[in-house]
Amino acid sequence: MTEMDAGLVAEQIVQSDQVNEPTSRSEVGRPRRRKEDTRLLTGRTQWTDNLSRPGMLHVMYLRSPMAHARITRVDVSGARDLPGVVAAFSGEDFAAEQGSLPCAWPVSDDIVIPDHPPMAVSEVRYVGEAVACVVATDRYRAADALDAIEVDYEPLPAVLDMNEALAEGSPKVHEAGNKAFSAKLTSGDLDAAFEGAPVVIDRTYVQQRLIPSAMEPRAVLADTDGESFTLWTSTQIPHVLRVMLAMVTGVPEHRIRVIAPDVGGGFGSKLQVTAEEVLGLLLTRKLGKPVKWTESRSEGNLTVHHGRDQIQHVRLAADADGRIRGLQVSLLADMGAYLMLVSPGIPMLGASMFNAIYKMDAYEFACTGVFTTKMPTDAYRGAGRPEATFAIERMMDELAAELDLDPVEVRRRNWIRHEEFPYTTISGLTYDSGNYEAATDRALALFGYDKLRAEQSDRRDRGDPVQLGIGVSTYTEMCGLAPSRMLGEANYGAGGWEHGAVRMLPTGKVEVITGTSPHGQGHVTSWSQIAADALGVPFEDVTVLHGDTAIAHKGMDTYGSRSLVIGGVAVLKACDKVKEKARTLAAHVLECSPDDLEFESGAFEVRGTESRKTIQELALAAFTAHDLPDGVEARLDSEATFDPENYSFPHGTHLCAVEVDTETGMVKIRSYVAVDDVGKVVNPLIVEGQVHGGIAQGIAQALFEEAVYDADGNLLTTTMADYLLPSAADLPGFTLDRTETPATSNPLGVKGVGEAGTIASTPAVVNAVVDALRPRGVHDVRMPCTPERIWRALNDGAQEGARP
Amino acid sequence: MPRITVTVDGITYEEDVEPRLLLVHLLRERLGKTGTPVGCDTSNCGACTVMLDGQSVKSCSVLAVQADGADVVTIEGLGADGSMHPMQRAFHEEHALQCGYCTPGMVMAAIDLLRDDPDPSEETIREGLEGNLCRCTGYCNIVRAVRRGAQEMGQAVSSS
Repeated sequence: MTEMDAGLVAEQIVQSDQVNEPTSRSEVGRPRRRKEDTRLLTGRTQWTDNLSRPGMLHVMYLRSPMAHARITRVDVSGARDLPGVVAAFSGEDFAAEQGSLPCAWPVSDDIVIPDHPPMAVSEVRYVGEAVACVVATDRYRAADALDAIEVDYEPLPAVLDMNEALAEGSPKVHEAGNKAFSAKLTSGDLDAAFEGAPVVIDRTYVQQRLIPSAMEPRAVLADTDGESFTLWTSTQIPHVLRVMLAMVTGVPEHRIRVIAPDVGGGFGSKLQVTAEEVLGLLLTRKLGKPVKWTESRSEGNLTVHHGRDQIQHVRLAADADGRIRGLQVSLLADMGAYLMLVSPGIPMLGASMFNAIYKMDAYEFACTGVFTTKMPTDAYRGAGRPEATFAIERMMDELAAELDLDPVEVRRRNWIRHEEFPYTTISGLTYDSGNYEAATDRALALFGYDKLRAEQSDRRDRGDPVQLGIGVSTYTEMCGLAPSRMLGEANYGAGGWEHGAVRMLPTGKVEVITGTSPHGQGHVTSWSQIAADALGVPFEDVTVLHGDTAIAHKGMDTYGSRSLVIGGVAVLKACDKVKEKARTLAAHVLECSPDDLEFESGAFEVRGTESRKTIQELALAAFTAHDLPDGVEARLDSEATFDPENYSFPHGTHLCAVEVDTETGMVKIRSYVAVDDVGKVVNPLIVEGQVHGGIAQGIAQALFEEAVYDADGNLLTTTMADYLLPSAADLPGFTLDRTETPATSNPLGVKGVGEAGTIASTPAVVNAVVDALRPRGVHDVRMPCTPERIWRALNDGAQEGARP
Repeated sequence: MPRITVTVDGITYEEDVEPRLLLVHLLRERLGKTGTPVGCDTSNCGACTVMLDGQSVKSCSVLAVQADGADVVTIEGLGADGSMHPMQRAFHEEHALQCGYCTPGMVMAAIDLLRDDPDPSEETIREGLEGNLCRCTGYCNIVRAVRRGAQEMGQAVSSS
């Protein structure tokens, strides 16, 4: 397609695209400024560390300096004697009551779930594991007292490399060995697909370990009245946490209240049941006093679960015209020292995603989870799906290079065409909707693809030391985690529904209660838009309550791009129930049959008359209850749960142009275009923000970030000075647009957007870097593509990236 | 214990402080100024940025005793007469915050950057905010907000 053609197509899309033109009365689709902002912009915030309780004490943890060791002695008595110190404890002091931190996703029959004490008792298995704690009147004194605790360790060998960990005779992380689990999925005849295939591409990619780095460090405040317990904690999952705390500690569930106050980002890192949360509960129970712990950033880099960390061996067989015949994926996934809440499920979330948007005859996915003496891994933005998308999108570029085809063309020859939806993929998922052609054509037009290719060719011909690379990524993801039935089939420990409730107040104002737990996503604003439309009330008349198990009494919380797709729909369904109740009351008040009523703009009108009652007036009528029909309750309040029948499948095309200085290895992102189809959009401003941030995090994996352990298992990247989060100066602006095919699995037609940018951008950037260097014989650069790695790839002969 | 006198958001305090007490902990734990958060322990993230005698500082890297006699302005003291500072409004309008944890520091750094260049280019803004990390926004809307804030502040000055 020429650029002019692409431009025309883009114009047609824009003309047919109603995304930016909601009907005038509709709240859904409007770029509403956020209700959350005022508080956050003026410092009236409720971060957990901002909170205090009368008589509150401060906790500090002493952490293991050894990657692997037997604990032979812990003596906390020196700390107890210091001024201001109220108590000091070792793991022995909690041994009888602390239980084991939970893993809710036993992905296979052969899985080994080792005991995971919140505070180590006899053995430590990663640097940073808590071995003792001090409780003092202020945090400075608590920190001072840590120095007075004595711990004797008997060193055991660190286990750091996954291949070595699985080799015969390797030192063991746990008695049962270093293999955590193995799982396999096969579909089609793989042997036939590879046999006699004109093209077979065989690559190994390394998904480096990442540190999620939410800006707010974790904090936990726990208090008790002697009978019940309240935990304020920087979490994404107050509801899941409450259940898990009860199961781990034996404290009855109805005696535990969990509150997620303002939470400063999560990206999966706060989807966890942490040692410090369990210990906070136990400490307040032991001491009868409120206790607070706030982590330092360097403590957090050591002990907030890490992300990614896979070695991916991928083989792809294709015909001479580029059509994919088969794909074989073999993963090693580093679990770290223990299986935390969903650790083993993370690589398995990629199991159905390596085949991505492409058709093929056969597919095999095999994964082995491996224990090492490092911080456990778990969910990080995208969770299994970025890893899968990276591998297949890198492979598509390799296939294009092998056949000397344009990388967009090779994708076109393989992707599911828009008229083929719904389409059941080789891995068994049914994609309900999408239009890869439309998103790609729009992206190509915005990017100026042909012009950039011409410039690239020119720079190559001139031997310009600064080479231009163009990276393509056409991704999809499974979002809206998740249909409960499917989670059951995957052996996950819970369902994937969400809860919403609506309280109609006497003055007609509306309280929406949601089981989702936002920490930056703007649910208060978006859910207000949904409720305002559904009930026909002003946006300003709606408030949204969340994040407190005593207020939002049911929920499955926020992760996996699920909040809008499931939680937003639950709110809509609760609103529908309110309307039905109001209809009965309206018919009574207006003395007509409910069938004669039409609901329009927030009011019930008797068809063909002027007679009407607004839903807000009916709320007052329900409240006064002076004249209710028999059997009708004195409230319009309603609640609903929603459990989707299928995942949702956002998709899009991201294009990245980089300039690579072949003399220094420096990469500069010249332009970045993202066209995403996230289905219907509730608030385009919030969607755009999610995509921006997602792209930035994906670029960060491609170019900047890596958690590095030394040969003894010490984390070297413990601070923000060592772990390179990109600043504004390291990133470009992004050009965004959207195409829209509504999801068919929910009544809002929404698909989810939280993870899309991160999933798409990493391969787009690395593909661009490799594209720039390919004429020099480079076919991979291991992430992060630092100047040093690029320089070495250029000077050491091309294979740097392939080495695991 | 040294005694310091410090003005924070227009109120003067006299406090006895340990010499090692950080300014950010004085603000948060002694004066209840929790609007200024702590994001790291190596002065990389900038979340704790406040104005000290009119210049932006990372309050985790200043000892409370160093603020003796100084005038400190935090995010809580930026607005006047119950309304937000133009830069705060610009952040709201441009959706330049998501979780909001970096926001107090980002707003302070943005205002400080305009002292050097009241009409900064995108590149100047990006360079100027290098010491303030945000994990949510990818910075696009922050850059837009700073440009908008700069325009509105420029207009405010010229019309006054």
